[in-house]
Amino acid sequence: MQKKIIKLSILLLIIFIIGVFFIGLNKNSIYDTKGLVGQKITKIKLDHFSKNKTITEEDLNKNNFTLINFWASWCGPCRDEHSILLKLNKEKNLKLLGVNVKDKKNNALEFLNDLGNPYDYLARDELGKHSVNFGIYGIPESILINKDLIIIKKFIGPISKNDYEYIKNIIRK
Amino acid sequence: MRIKIIIFFTILNFNIVNAETFLVDSNKIFKNLRCLICQGQSVADSNSEFAQTIKLVVRDQIKDGKSEKEIYDFLIEKYGEWIVYKPPLNKVNFLLWLLPYVVFVAGGAIIFLLFKKRENR
Repeated sequence: MQKKIIKLSILLLIIFIIGVFFIGLNKNSIYDTKGLVGQKITKIKLDHFSKNKTITEEDLNKNNFTLINFWASWCGPCRDEHSILLKLNKEKNLKLLGVNVKDKKNNALEFLNDLGNPYDYLARDELGKHSVNFGIYGIPESILINKDLIIIKKFIGPISKNDYEYIKNIIRK
Repeated sequence: MRIKIIIFFTILNFNIVNAETFLVDSNKIFKNLRCLICQGQSVADSNSEFAQTIKLVVRDQIKDGKSEKEIYDFLIEKYGEWIVYKPPLNKVNFLLWLLPYVVFVAGGAIIFLLFKKRENR
């Protein structure tokens, strides 16, 4: 009887170890914050880019959908996505909030003068501290939120054409 | 006079000890935070933009009087549990936390049974 229990225990242990390895090795080990979809963004306090005011939740919950885009003039991929942001700016159901991160004001203005300004609201995060409140860990990143400030989707890296189609489908529903 | 000096230094010493007890160690927090864009580095070890920003945020929160747990909770809420090296116990990882204790107790029980069996012989 005791031998049977020991054999069964060893067998269960082997199955457990194989199971852990199987799940562990099949799991995507590349980190992203896409798991935060469905969370509500709170305590929004962003300094306006040019005016002496703060952009808060009250500014954003007026819109049906808001795309919060984190960008900087020194960021190459931000240039790639800019044409798509300009196209998104034409969508009626969507407002764009641009957050200029760790950038020089003059360089940021030059960037927008050269490529166009797609943003309905423009904020500045000089030290990048406010971006932490949005779970940002690189530039560019974008977050699509609804009226209730719930995250619908996070876009890590530049917004692609597929992302553009996805956003269009969501906001036109 | 001598007594007054002794009392003064005794009170000062108590204050310093108490201050250290309530002081949140920023370096300890940095060491327990993973740099999300680095290869196997903690926030303490990294000079990346991300690590620098997190250091600023943690120092701000310490200044605001937040406890170590509150700081971890805030960062976990924003970046998920992956940001901390020592994840909190929850229903997903409870097995990971409990298994060493279960194995320890089971091992002890097996050894105890084996000894008992030998004694009976």
